[in-house]
This record gives sequence, C-alpha cells and structure tokens, in this order.
Amino acid sequence: MTISSTTLFSRPESMQETVTHYCPGCTHGIIHRLVAEALDELGVRDRTVGVAPVGCSVLAYNYFNCDFMEAPHGRAPALATGFKRLRPDMMVFTYQGDGDLASIGMGEIVHAANRGEKFTTIFVNNAIYGMTGGQMAPTTLPMQVSTTCPMGRDVALTGHPIRMAELLSSLVTPSYIERVAVHTPRHIINAKRAIRKAFQYQAEGRCYGMVEVLSTCPTNWGKTPEESNKWLDEQMTAYYPIKCFKDPAREESK
Amino acid sequence: MARILMKGNEAIAEAAIRAGAEGYFCYPITPQSEVAEYLTKRMPEVGGVFLQGESEVAVGNMLFGAASTGKRVFTTSSSPGISLMQEAISYMAGAHLPAVLVNIMRGGPGLGGILPAQSDYFQAVKGGGHGDYRLLVLAPSTVQEAVDLMGLAFDLADKYLNPVMMIGDGMIGQMMEAVEFPEGDVKQNRVNPEDRAWAATGAKGRKPVIIKSLFLDPHQLEDNSWLLDKKYEQMKKEEVRFEHYKVSPKNKLLIVSYGTMARICQTVIDDLESEGVSVGLFRPITLFPFPEKEVLREAKKKNIKTVLTVEMSTAQMVEDVQRAVLGVKPIEFFGRTGGIVPTPEEVRDEVLKLIRPKKKRSTSGRKGK
Repeated sequence: MTISSTTLFSRPESMQETVTHYCPGCTHGIIHRLVAEALDELGVRDRTVGVAPVGCSVLAYNYFNCDFMEAPHGRAPALATGFKRLRPDMMVFTYQGDGDLASIGMGEIVHAANRGEKFTTIFVNNAIYGMTGGQMAPTTLPMQVSTTCPMGRDVALTGHPIRMAELLSSLVTPSYIERVAVHTPRHIINAKRAIRKAFQYQAEGRCYGMVEVLSTCPTNWGKTPEESNKWLDEQMTAYYPIKCFKDPAREESK
Repeated sequence: MARILMKGNEAIAEAAIRAGAEGYFCYPITPQSEVAEYLTKRMPEVGGVFLQGESEVAVGNMLFGAASTGKRVFTTSSSPGISLMQEAISYMAGAHLPAVLVNIMRGGPGLGGILPAQSDYFQAVKGGGHGDYRLLVLAPSTVQEAVDLMGLAFDLADKYLNPVMMIGDGMIGQMMEAVEFPEGDVKQNRVNPEDRAWAATGAKGRKPVIIKSLFLDPHQLEDNSWLLDKKYEQMKKEEVRFEHYKVSPKNKLLIVSYGTMARICQTVIDDLESEGVSVGLFRPITLFPFPEKEVLREAKKKNIKTVLTVEMSTAQMVEDVQRAVLGVKPIEFFGRTGGIVPTPEEVRDEVLKLIRPKKKRSTSGRKGK
C-alpha cells in the first residue's frame, strides 16, 4: 500500500499569518478567508489593492497579504473609484460593514455602482454597529434591540431597514449583485462561489460587483454564536432574502 | 511656446497637464467650473483621467484613492466645495500622500456668494480639517504665475508627500491674460509609480504597502504627528517664497498683500509714487510657510511708520503679519469682503490717511467698509 500525503487545507497566500481582533463567533474571519481564497485562485494577489472601512474591519489590512488603503468612514467606494480609474490594470476591492456602506457611505456606494466602476465590494451586513458598541444601523431589523433603540427599532420613528442588494440592483447600469450568508457550511460554500464570481467579473472588466454577506455579531446581539447563527437563519434571511439579484451572464442570455 | 490668451481657470487646467497630472476629479462650482469644462476634453487627449464625482466629499476621496497609485493627481474647487473636501485632505496629510488642490475662492461663510474673495485664508493655512497637519499654500497674483506655481505645486507635493493647495480668488479664475507654458512634451513630467515605494502598485515580490492614517497606539500616532511636523518645519526653512514691489529705504509705509489684491496695491503704489509718496509692497507667495522673517526685516526699516495689510477678507492674514512683525511697528488693516474687490482709490485713501494723519485714528486698527 502506498502512503501519499496531500495538503487539503492551508492558509491562503493572500492572508497574513496573524491573529485577528474579531470577537468569538463573529464571521468576519470566514469572510476574510473567502476573499483571500478567491484572490489566490484567480492569481491576482500581487496586483490587488483592498480598501478598508471604518468599523470592526478597520484593521483588515493587517490580515490580508496585499496592498491596502484605509478609507474615511463610508468613502471606500470613492477611494476605489479614484484608484481604479488611474490603474484599470489592478484589482480593487472594498470591504465594508453596514454602517459604513448603508449609512454614512450611501452616496458613494450608489454612485460608484451607478457609474459601473470596475471594482468589487464585499458588504458585511450584521444589522448593527459593531465597533462603536451595538448602536442601531440602517440595516437593524424592526423591533431589533440595540443600544440606541433599547425598546426595539420603531420603524415609525426610524424608517425600515434598507435592503442594499435590492436597492443597487434597481440601477440600470449592469452589475453583479448577490446576497449570501456564512452561518452554515452550505452557505459558506455558496458565499465563496459568489465572491469568486464577483472578482472574476472584475478581472474580465465586465462590471461592478457587490456581494452582500449576512454576518453575525454575537457580542452586540447579546447571543451565543450558536443562537446568533439561528437568529440570522430565521430573522435576517426573512427580511434579507439570500439570492442573486443581478448577474451580467443572466442579462446577456435573455 | 508662443504666448496665448487664456482664461485663468483654463490656464490652470493646462498647466496641470503640463506638470504631468494624469488624474483630475471634480464637482462643478462657480467660479471655477471652466477647469472641468476644459479638462473633460483635454484629459482624454493626453491619455489622462477625467471624472466628475457625485459630491466634493466623494471627489476629495477619489483624489485620495488616485494619489495612492503614485501618479500625479489633482482637483479644483471653490470655497464651499473645499470645505467638503477637508475630510479627505486631513486623511491624505495623515497618510503622507501628494496631491494638488486649487481653491478659486468666493465670498463666504456658508453659501456666501460667487464673487472673488480671500476669506478662506485661515482654512488653507491653519489646517481646515482635523488633526495636527498643514498644507503648503501657494498664492498667485497673475494668470502666468498661476501657471508657473501649478508646476511647482506638483513638485512640492512630491517632495514633501503632502497635499499642496494653490489659492486664487474668483478674479484669477475668471480673467483672461496672455500666458506662456513650459516647452516640451506634456508627458515629460509624468512620474513612474513603480519608482515610488510608498505607492500601492501590487505586492509583487515585496511586503504589502498599507496607506493609512489610523494609529490606535497613541505613541505611534504621536510619532506620526511629529513626523508631519518635521516636514512643516523643513518647509519653513526651504520653501518660503515672496516678492517685493518698489521696496526701498525711502518707503514710509509697507503694504503686505497677496494674490489679486496685491496687484491692485501695485497700482496704488505707482499712483502714489507719481505724487511723491514712497510706499513698498511685500507679497507673500507662500502663505504657509509664511515669510515671517522677511516681513519683519522690511517692517524694521527706519523710515517705515506703519505696516498696512490689505485683504479681501475681514482681517485673516493680518494675524500672521502681526505674529511676524512682533510689535516693532504699528500694523493697520484694510479690507473688503463678500465679493467686493477694493478699488485702488479706496486703498490709496487709506494709505494717505496713515501717512498723513489729520486726526486721531480709531484704536482698533481694523478698517473696512
């Protein structure tokens, strides 16, 4: 009998060998890894620049092994636009949370997508402000409790949560918009496929791409990681359906 | 190259291209929109990037992202637009990025008006955005000088890895004058990003480049602030620029004025000379670093009775003049603002009042309308 050894799992080259600062149960680590794997598989790490947001993933540049810029709060799409326009040969991605992208940075993301900027956005939606300590986000669900809506979000006072994937997919400009989640292995595999596809479209210069990733925040939700996954599965996906909203391949085949 | 007649805003645009700029981001605002209108055609002709953003907030940050490539990039705007860009300016200064910004000033505060003013002096030279940082600030007084300083602005931005701002008023932007551009191919001043170790060019065969202004460790943040301060101290030693006009030992009064206002003061000085009254002009070209020692040297001269600062604002630069002159001579201020450009007659009357006082003047030392 011949014994052979095959490496089935190792650290992607696009990730630094370091410990992250994320809370236990937070899914940023998984999403980082999926992005890094996609960059590795497409062989673009050494011509990629990431744009870090303000928020929990503000230190993302310490975890990825590629060039990085640190954006002001919400402005990552503007930085990415400026960079990509001057260097269309490079790969550019923004990594943004819901406060960053859907609140203060709403203008920048809508206009970047509408111009059809050829970069990729990884939008991490956990329905709450994480880094500042659990305040209400534009994505906080109706009646969800946060430190600035302790009795639950009252939509009569604060409006309804904003569905970013739906909003961006309403734009006429071609783009790739998909919502995924990372709370089960099956969903993680699907999220990986979507992230890779978004980068693939960018590499081909085809369109802007945003992958909205439903994510958990056990610390600020006040739940265990297991309860958080369950809450994401039952509550978040009911309001934020997991689906591909817009895909240039689909548009072209019509 | 032959001299050609050009509007100030268009000359600034062409000068940036000649200086090697490959990226321009803009949002329309009076009185500088002609820069964008000129470049939307001209930038593609020279293989550069033109993009109109959705707001000045976005444009400032597009400039930030574009500067991170290592190429020469710039934007132009006017007062309220520059206020919206302060976020990105502070971040670019913190991250040690070179970029050029032009402010064709109009009256403020708030929406103000659309006519020329110099009321963004404090904003330009004292910071504007948050944090311990400065801009290197250049102030042309003619369209030709705006052309020349535009080239210098890119060189200085690269030398110090710091944003450089050229400030002119609406008059510089709107007037037409004969200008001459430097000879040579428009691409000769372009830079190679691969030569710039700080630029994000892809982590091929090297460690990742991280362009950031975040330092959660207070010691690191303090180190960065002192590192920035060191650059500003070096600017004070190496970049002070100014011009004299009819400065002589006979001068009874020294006018300190910059930009368009300084030109009007030259007319006043010529008129007074024909009447046998000797007045000299000191014109700062760099507003930061301010020519402190040089102003003091002139103010100290024996015959100078008074230093008069003339501005199109409510006494902003006069604070730097007071700081420089150290109380060795009395300092008076004359200004109009809101978009009103002082006439030579108004300035002349003020000078004569100071030289030949008929009655006791107010003690405030601040004169305007």
